Amino acid sequence: MISTRQLAYRYVNGPQLRFADVDAPQGGTLLLRGASGSGKSTWLALAAGLLAPSEGDITVAGQSIKALGARAGDAWRASAIGFLPQKLHLSAALTVHGNLAMAQWAAGHAADEGRIAEALDALDVRALADRKPSQLSGGQAQRVALARAVLLKPRVILADEPTASLDDDAAAASLALLQATADQERATLVIATHDARVAEFFKDKKGLQSIQIMVGKL
Amino acid sequence: MKTIASNTVAFAWRYLWSRPLAAALNLLLLTLGLASITFLLLVSHQISQAFDRDVAGIDVVVGAKGSPMQLILSGVFHLDVPTGNVPLAAVKALEADPRVAKIIPISLGDSFRGYRIVGTTPEYIRHYDAQLAQGTLWAKPMQAVVGAQVARQTGMKVGDSFVGTHGLAGGGEEHKLSPYVVSGILADSHTVLDRLVLTATESVWQVHETDTALDDDDRKVLEEDREITLALIQYKSPLAAVTFPRYINSSTEMQAAAPALEITRLLSMVGVGTDVLRALAGVLLLTAGLSVFIALWGAVRERRADLALLRMLGAPPAKVAGLLLCEALWLALLATVLGVLAGQGLTALLAWALQLEKSVLIGALSWPVELVSVPVLAFGVALASALLPAWEAYRVSVFELLQSR
Repeated sequence: MISTRQLAYRYVNGPQLRFADVDAPQGGTLLLRGASGSGKSTWLALAAGLLAPSEGDITVAGQSIKALGARAGDAWRASAIGFLPQKLHLSAALTVHGNLAMAQWAAGHAADEGRIAEALDALDVRALADRKPSQLSGGQAQRVALARAVLLKPRVILADEPTASLDDDAAAASLALLQATADQERATLVIATHDARVAEFFKDKKGLQSIQIMVGKL
Repeated sequence: MKTIASNTVAFAWRYLWSRPLAAALNLLLLTLGLASITFLLLVSHQISQAFDRDVAGIDVVVGAKGSPMQLILSGVFHLDVPTGNVPLAAVKALEADPRVAKIIPISLGDSFRGYRIVGTTPEYIRHYDAQLAQGTLWAKPMQAVVGAQVARQTGMKVGDSFVGTHGLAGGGEEHKLSPYVVSGILADSHTVLDRLVLTATESVWQVHETDTALDDDDRKVLEEDREITLALIQYKSPLAAVTFPRYINSSTEMQAAAPALEITRLLSMVGVGTDVLRALAGVLLLTAGLSVFIALWGAVRERRADLALLRMLGAPPAKVAGLLLCEALWLALLATVLGVLAGQGLTALLAWALQLEKSVLIGALSWPVELVSVPVLAFGVALASALLPAWEAYRVSVFELLQSR
């Protein structure tokens, strides 16, 4: 569940960004649309507790971001947020399995082999566990990154431009996978995108929330 | 699915070897620096130990006039040639001196396969607390007790006979008329005795008188001006050090040299050499530190987004910085192990070479306390060069990740 009220963020010596209110229920889907540089990253950073709002508040999975300290933020983020970055940033030094193990380590969780196997299974990439990221295709790599994102059973999945540089078929497959994974994990899915195909893909989805983000405008 | 230990140490190990060439180069540089330092520490430790053992209890050496250091090197360590001989009578006279507690006569001149044949008294063996491994001490002239290393290298056993060659270097004329019989073999004492052949002072006289005397009358003449090479002397009280050497040097035809003084002088001369080596090792370590720094700095730059992702995944900044520090500590640990092993190996190689040269004895393995400085240096250098990269990793902002498109 994500809801915002009069959410705004002011950069030091920069413009103030104001965001439209949203109410995405648990298990819902939220689209953040806007050109690059419009403030989608700022919205994601606010939702992840990486930035504190200058005005208003954002509540993510029952947690008010305004009330979250930096230190508590790290631990909260580890368990509440699953993040799928545009560049996947799978660590080249580690295998697929190692990348997931490292996510557990980074979150300060004890190693849980059962959960790693489960997450890899859910994304159908368990057979690739011993490969290095350089040995994966683009689609496989995205699946692995998604397995990493849902590893700690987050309440919210933040996907940053998941369809960038994908052709139409691959983009559709990627979005379908995202939605299916979020449904399976009962997580709220947030997709930040400037890609018109994403809105097109979700146009028939019930209860879809969508906000347009534009610099300097509500 | 291969599982790996998921902790900072294990992940740091993976990251370190994800750039194998850089890791190997840094390891090599660190190891070279640490190996040189280990080598220097071991050699200076063993040399000073060998010197201390050989000098123990010898307050002054009295011999023919010449270089005092030469007298010490020849008389105590059996490295140099002696300065000459002194009349037996002159040394006998010193026995009556109230300042003298113990006199050990040393007569040099011949050698056996490069090992010196030393004419002396059993007091010399007792002085170093050396034990017999086999056989007995000499009971009469022309019996010899051989040091442990001599016995090992030449394969001599009790009851064997051998002839000395004239001169200390070997390759001289053989005294075929006067063969020695081995009466005993010393156990390892880790002192100069290990590489000596010991016999009664009379043996040395006898060998040379037999060779040169034409008849019994001639022999009598020779007996009257018998000489020894030098005498090792222990004082009754340390106060004697003030007056005794001055008395010898001014009132007799002999000279007195204090081993402690001459060794200090020698080590201060050798010290210039070790200082140069130490500086070289320092430069190596500095280079290694710089190289580690550059590698880690590059790693932080290269992995900035990966590190930011770790923060996104919930790792606090200290954990991300710790990962980088741990990489440097791995290098330090590996380099310490390899450096100490290489240093020990180099020292053992030197010991082996010196043993062939019949020079100052260096034991194979030793672990002096000073070796602690090797890991301290290794971890110091690693930490110092990782500090700035770790700080950079600490400051990595997760927000950069969102903007790295």
